[in-house]
Amino acid sequence: MLKYIIKRILMGILTAFIVATLTFFIMNLVPGGPFLSEKAVTPQAQAAMEAKYGLDKPLFMQYLTYMGDLLHGDMGVSIKKRGFTVNDIIGNKFPVSARLGGLAVLVAVCIGVPLGSIAAFKRGKTLDNIIIVFSTAGIAIPSFLTSTLMMYFLSVKLKLLPSLGLDGPANYIMPVIALSLYPTCYIARLMRSSMLDVIGQDYMRTARAKGVSTFKSIFKHALRNAILPVVTYLGPLLASLMTGSFIIEKIFTIPGLGHEFVSAIPSRDYPLIMGTTIFFACFIIMMNVLVDIAYAFIDPRIRLK
Amino acid sequence: MSDILLDIKGLKQYFPVAGSKNVVKAVDDVSFYIKKGETFGLVGESGCGKTTTGRSILRLIEPTAGKISYDGEVLFDSESGKKADMLPYRRKMQIVFQDPYASLDPRMTVGDIVGEALDIHNLCSDKKERYDRIIGLLKRVGLNSEHANRYPHEFSGGQRQRVGIARALAVDPEFIVCDEPVSALDVSIQAQVVNMFEELQRDLKLTYLFIAHDLSVVNHISDRIGVMYLGHMVELAESEELIFHSVHPYTRSLISAVPIADPKVARASKRIILQGDVPSPVSPPKGCAFCTRCPFADEICTSEQPAFEEISSGHFCACHHKDLASNIDKPGKKLVIV
Repeated sequence: MLKYIIKRILMGILTAFIVATLTFFIMNLVPGGPFLSEKAVTPQAQAAMEAKYGLDKPLFMQYLTYMGDLLHGDMGVSIKKRGFTVNDIIGNKFPVSARLGGLAVLVAVCIGVPLGSIAAFKRGKTLDNIIIVFSTAGIAIPSFLTSTLMMYFLSVKLKLLPSLGLDGPANYIMPVIALSLYPTCYIARLMRSSMLDVIGQDYMRTARAKGVSTFKSIFKHALRNAILPVVTYLGPLLASLMTGSFIIEKIFTIPGLGHEFVSAIPSRDYPLIMGTTIFFACFIIMMNVLVDIAYAFIDPRIRLK
Repeated sequence: MSDILLDIKGLKQYFPVAGSKNVVKAVDDVSFYIKKGETFGLVGESGCGKTTTGRSILRLIEPTAGKISYDGEVLFDSESGKKADMLPYRRKMQIVFQDPYASLDPRMTVGDIVGEALDIHNLCSDKKERYDRIIGLLKRVGLNSEHANRYPHEFSGGQRQRVGIARALAVDPEFIVCDEPVSALDVSIQAQVVNMFEELQRDLKLTYLFIAHDLSVVNHISDRIGVMYLGHMVELAESEELIFHSVHPYTRSLISAVPIADPKVARASKRIILQGDVPSPVSPPKGCAFCTRCPFADEICTSEQPAFEEISSGHFCACHHKDLASNIDKPGKKLVIV
């Protein structure tokens, strides 16, 4: 087990290295630069600024310098946000996104798993059909639509919830709903199909023959066996939601990492693009390792080698 | 108290066919009884309703109609609408399933699979007693104490079936439905497991309903045998009587299909090879269920369902031409009884 984890971490470092290298060169291949949009810059001033950030050196030298700093945990200084290091920006913004995303994942699991299980147990009945229709709709409707509609009705019309920022607990309600709608519906559908599979298994009949009540057999036998696909999905889901959603953060004016991640690209804030991308990659790798370890605990048939 | 443990009358188990009004008549009007301490064998080809009969008796699936009585008490009666609470009977009536791979929860250790039954019926007062009983049960079926902490996937098919048997024995049952318990196993292991069933029966005074499609296995273990075809019981008699004096043409063909070890005898014996396939249980033939494949079928067979009658003491048969069938070669004489 320990050997497996060490191996996975080493592989993860290699993956992160490849991601960093590819991002660095692709980013520099894109035409334009951080100082082009600023008006009335004399060639001398531009050259001076490029020299300040080391952008005048050959690309390969820039790469070596960056990777050298990265090894020391230094991801450089943001070009656009003067005076902030990339480490600061990630350190400040990530907790905001992580809290919101974590809540959304929690909501998605707590609602999606029971919903999917109920649908499976009521297969073919009205309740099952209702759940299928709603979960399909929830997957199809984009989050910017649900957020705008929620904002219009709940904040503007009914004045029930605050529309912007993250000042109090009430501010979390709409962004969390908007973020969790898709994963909730997706988990419900995953759970329904895997539950249907488990219900038909012989060991469910064995449990019945032992005299296990229906209720108990659902929790003890069915749920434990049916949850695996949801756990698989949880790894990438946690990674993508906790690193922030650009759309949701933009709509609700939330100072999260997702916003930085996207807005760094058009402004060619090279160090910030690198920093957020590498951070995101590392986070996904970490989550996948955690999911694999969780597998071994949930399913004894899975051996980590 | 009579010596009849289980009495089944007019058992019917119909399943709806998705998307149509038709039903699959998996078990259609089956009646028989099982005496205390005996082994009742149930044979027939795949899909004839043997397994469904076994499961309906334990009400793992709710029967469509009929009456099931256990030790004088009614478990299910469609006429009076009585449906007994099964929990106390789950202690007395157990089942060993056919597939030892799928019937054990892969997330539970063998100890817990066996122990769960003990927990539900509150058979152990403390953890020590629970552990001791589990180990005792595992040893009883030829496993050992180390096996308790392992998971089902770590066992071979034969060992898994032993776990399935230990699980069924955990509650000290009186009656066990053995639903093709050996058909998924290698022939060499089959013998071991069948012998274990016999040993357990002797030691624990068990009553079995032994379901199989292999007539030689059933013949070996059973006191009486019932033959099923397309949801109907077509013949029922004591084992010897059934093997040597079978009357129903279907039973005859089954017996003739049993492989014979001695090539000389095998060459001399005639096999009765049935033509065609088993009809669909959704639209069974009018009249006798076997009429589409029976060599003696005539008008009456295709129009009228034969009654399940007693032809000699304890020997029942449902056939219009009981006399005709007895003219053909008696295959039972050549059956090498294993």
